[in-house]
Amino acid sequence: MNYFKNIKNAFKFKNCINYIIVGAMLIISLVMSSMGELPRSSADLLAQMGYSILLAVSLNLVVGFLGELSLGHAGFMCVGAYIGCYFANSLYEVIDSKLLVLIISMLIGGSVAAVFGLIIGLPALRLKGDYLAIVTLAFGEIVRTIFKNQPAFGAALGLSTKRFGSDLYIVALIVVLISLFLIQNIIRSKHGRAITAIRDNEIAAKAMGINITYYKLFVFVFAAFFAGVAGVIFGSKVTPVTYSFFSFNYSIEILVMVVLGGMGNITGSIISAVFITYLNFQLQDKLPGELAALKYLVYAIILILVVIYNNAPKLAALREKLSISNAISSKKKSKNPAAQHDDKNRWDVVPTKIPMDEIVSTDLKQEKAYTPDKPEKGGTE
Amino acid sequence: MLSTLFDGLSLGAIYALIALGYTMVYGIAKMLNFAHGDIIMVGAYTILTTLTMNGHPIIGVVAAVLVCTVAGIVIEKVAYKPLRGASPLAVLITAIGVSYFLQSVAQLIFGSKSQAVQLASFGTVKIANAEINIGTLITLVVGAVIMIALTLFVKYTRTGRAMQAVSEDRGAAQLMGVNVNKIIMITFAIGSALAAAAGVFYLLQIPAVSPTLGSMPGIKAFAAAVIGGIGSIPGAMLGGVVLGVVEKFALSVPALAPYATAIEFALLILILLVRPIGILGKKRREKV
Repeated sequence: MNYFKNIKNAFKFKNCINYIIVGAMLIISLVMSSMGELPRSSADLLAQMGYSILLAVSLNLVVGFLGELSLGHAGFMCVGAYIGCYFANSLYEVIDSKLLVLIISMLIGGSVAAVFGLIIGLPALRLKGDYLAIVTLAFGEIVRTIFKNQPAFGAALGLSTKRFGSDLYIVALIVVLISLFLIQNIIRSKHGRAITAIRDNEIAAKAMGINITYYKLFVFVFAAFFAGVAGVIFGSKVTPVTYSFFSFNYSIEILVMVVLGGMGNITGSIISAVFITYLNFQLQDKLPGELAALKYLVYAIILILVVIYNNAPKLAALREKLSISNAISSKKKSKNPAAQHDDKNRWDVVPTKIPMDEIVSTDLKQEKAYTPDKPEKGGTE
Repeated sequence: MLSTLFDGLSLGAIYALIALGYTMVYGIAKMLNFAHGDIIMVGAYTILTTLTMNGHPIIGVVAAVLVCTVAGIVIEKVAYKPLRGASPLAVLITAIGVSYFLQSVAQLIFGSKSQAVQLASFGTVKIANAEINIGTLITLVVGAVIMIALTLFVKYTRTGRAMQAVSEDRGAAQLMGVNVNKIIMITFAIGSALAAAAGVFYLLQIPAVSPTLGSMPGIKAFAAAVIGGIGSIPGAMLGGVVLGVVEKFALSVPALAPYATAIEFALLILILLVRPIGILGKKRREKV
């Protein structure tokens, strides 16, 4: 019985929307290319969107779901691109099928990146927040510097790779679909709930018996794997693969995608990855010379405004007013008045409205926990 | 050998000055000001502008300190103040946004090309068979004086003690009548002024300015602050000097030179693995 319920759930619109978006992209472009209407540049753009989605969604796993800031996602991509493409170069001599080589090199690149994810995940167990952010940043720079100085990987000139051709976007989007399937199902499972529990309150999660070590490492390895795969797709599109691409700025660009789309929201990550990649693509040619900086200016302003709007304590009332999901849920509630309980009258029985955060956590929201000018509710002074 | 040591110490002084800004802001506002490195760039461009208007280098230095101080205060008011009390992640991301903002504005105004800034040229002196640049010595001496002055300021003045109180326990400090917002503003002002000073010394070593000038020294100084224990003022100085010396010595060995950056960051990771709070950091107990 439960099984059928699960299947039914899987086909709900809410759960399918990510597949629908990516699937629609794939089908529309396939139809266009069969009519010969898909220009080379659009196919390139689609492949680029594919790996951007992979990067954004996998970073969202770390930042949005696990709640640890990683500033070295481009580093994992760098490992994947260099190692995967290096193997691909030698595999091409043995195997004829381009597709097979790409698939094998994606697996190799992803796996090696995952090993690095494990290495970076280990300090993550001892470090928190800002400290972890600097370690991931340092990792990204270290990886880049090492590849830059290896003659086997082309040193400063970069590793020359074999292009896959204009059909790369089909492979890229199919890989995106597969990884979305994996990531979504993990998030909706018991494991995903454990991960978000760690994000919301690590100590409380530990007390509930969640194995923090295991889940933190798991998320880092998982995210690194997909970043590595994205790197291989990148390497099959761009040649040569140079170390300068995977700079700190690129890690930030991925982070911008995640923040814009909403942390912990996969659909948001997909949409913003597509949007930003498109914007980049369009602005690259249209903005000559120094005006290219306008692109980053726009990024910066959007980033600052979005974060302030979403997080400023003073704007909480405004957010409540404008929130879409709130409007929907209040409509639903009004349809069924019996489902609404007035907690205030039964405060002695069910204290459901007490925000858990304020009780259990003093580390993150210190200010909120003891604001001196706000007396406790119900206190008569 | 000796000249490498001096080079390393003066580079370390620069890192220490930048790291002080990071560490003070972290101690008092509990946030990472990622845009701190770009304040250096703002200062450097201020000097460039003064010099192109035929101003005296001293005027340029003073203008740089003033402009950076104001920029620090404005950034704090506009970008960080609305987020006080929000999650650290949100503030960090805003800071990254501010850093992008400063870089792209600089690029729009001055162009992305690196421009030469000849602030002053110095000769060399001989100390025990080693040729040492006088600029290096000036950096070392003035940097040390600034750091001693800052330590005295934080220890003995009223404002400095208020800063300590806020970093210890913001709520209690507020109850004792400390104006927390004002203290945070002062912290940003001091941090930015120190960054401007670091920018001046940086131009003495590498006389060129570009929009991304501040990003690498900024990140390294951040690493220095973390190595020393973020939030601790002597820690930032120690971390800066350690990192500067390590960088110069790595650069002086031909086999290691290409990996200098990697070695510095690897040192950071190693120190954090052994002591997750940095060398001089204070351990904070986490309560449920």
